[in-house]
Amino acid sequence: MDALMEGLLSNVDWTEIGLASWDTLVMVGLSLLFSVLIGLPIGVLLFLFGKRQLLEQPIAYAVLSFVVNVLRSVPFIILLIVMIPFTVMLIGTSLGVAGAIPPLVAGGAPFFARLVETSLREVDRGIIEATQAMGANVRQIVFGALLPEALPGLIAGITVTAITLVSYAAMSGVIGGGGLGDLAIRFGYQRFQTDVMVITVALLVIFVQVLQMVGDRLVLYFSRK
Amino acid sequence: MIVFDQVEKSYQVNGQAVPALRPTSMTIETGEIFGIVGHSGAGKSTLVRLINLLEPPSAGRILIDNENITRYSQAELRAFRRKVGMIFQHFNLLSSKTVADNIAFPMKLAGIYSKQEIQARVEELLQRVSLSDQANKYPSQLSGGQKQRVGIARALACRPTILLCDEATSALDPQTTQSVLRLLADINKELGLTIVLITHEMDVVRRVCDRVAVMDAGEVVEMGKVSDVFLHPEHPTTRDFVFESEHIDHEDMQRDLAHAPGRILRLTFKGESTYTPLLGSVARESGVDFSILSGRIDHIKDTPYGQLTLSLVGGDLNVAMNALKAADVHVEVLR
Repeated sequence: MDALMEGLLSNVDWTEIGLASWDTLVMVGLSLLFSVLIGLPIGVLLFLFGKRQLLEQPIAYAVLSFVVNVLRSVPFIILLIVMIPFTVMLIGTSLGVAGAIPPLVAGGAPFFARLVETSLREVDRGIIEATQAMGANVRQIVFGALLPEALPGLIAGITVTAITLVSYAAMSGVIGGGGLGDLAIRFGYQRFQTDVMVITVALLVIFVQVLQMVGDRLVLYFSRK
Repeated sequence: MIVFDQVEKSYQVNGQAVPALRPTSMTIETGEIFGIVGHSGAGKSTLVRLINLLEPPSAGRILIDNENITRYSQAELRAFRRKVGMIFQHFNLLSSKTVADNIAFPMKLAGIYSKQEIQARVEELLQRVSLSDQANKYPSQLSGGQKQRVGIARALACRPTILLCDEATSALDPQTTQSVLRLLADINKELGLTIVLITHEMDVVRRVCDRVAVMDAGEVVEMGKVSDVFLHPEHPTTRDFVFESEHIDHEDMQRDLAHAPGRILRLTFKGESTYTPLLGSVARESGVDFSILSGRIDHIKDTPYGQLTLSLVGGDLNVAMNALKAADVHVEVLR
């Protein structure tokens, strides 16, 4: 059995796979963190500036919405390349795990912002009205009512963003980003090592499955409806 | 005291001003339960939201205890809103908070209460609305009536002087409606709270309100004591509401009357006279014969009333009418 596995997976270097998996985890984890930190306030502002909302601001909404749309309409593979000079300026290199994070955040944050806007819109208007009637200011409405009420939706949004970032992180292998995607491209694709390709893909599939499962569990846990 | 002075409200729809409330002046006294009744779209929701400025008026002044609230700054307005509780048709409880946390929420927002104060007040309110055993449940685990009781407790948390009820019983079954209305009436009595209640059910008005305004197409078309408006409705809209609440079909009634012989009178008894055995003695004295075409005995808030439609034949009609009037019965000649 061992011999068979050895034969089938002759090109697979498990240490390399382990390191690459860790790199992917770090890239997804850090870029998810920053995407949420940046995307959440943008999403809240998008919601508040929207039509017939608490801080209705048509111009501010149009500007913010335009920026978000531009970032979201650029295919990620292009965004990776366009971002290179900016990434170098920001952290000194465009390579490796660190170099992949700025473009990942540039792709993930606007994506998450839209999901935040949508899930806030799904909060019953009556709840906002009731909170207003209690004498709450906008900050209190956002933190006291809107975000807690939208929490299940926000967690679902974080899950979707995380999964998107897994695939983005794999793409960043093209510009030398590191991680499982990099491994798949360098060994699986360029050296025709199908076994490496299969293992990396299998790991990515497992990774996504675990993320989705944990996300669903959390949504269920926080749903009180 | 809530005073509306030529208050009006219109919305901009496609660049055109659509009136929701035509210029309205009225006074709601401190400590009374004031009903506003009207069909959906009549402007009653707008009217009640003007009182805590969830909707700012387009023109006019709103005075509450002699202060013009339309001039308030944002901060003053928020402080003022804490003194005005509000409950809603769909309860609008926060699904992410427990019953106790929902009730504590307005106090936390106010930021002027200590943890101990909040906890003590929440326990007191839970007891007041008989939900002490549900404190740690989430709203989704409660029945409609329980949710509305949480809504009431939440509205009372900051000890308001005014309570606004926006179709508070419209989503509840008749029995639950009764218990919620009783709770509102008790609160009104115990706390001397002014309650403004909007509804499309005249029955709700009849059970708890002291005075009522009837709205139609953005206008108050009739206003007065519930017993007056209810027993002697003048505007067609008011009549519709009263008939509706008494389950009277107007056409059926006309047909029944057409078959009856003699004079047709409608007698309205109010208060103690409702229970006096009057008709027999009047019939004996005046020699008229009567048959009862329709009748009803009920309560308006705490006052009993009765309404009888009679057909009278023979005898001395004038003697009968005078005897009835002397006994404080309102007599209306229908034919």
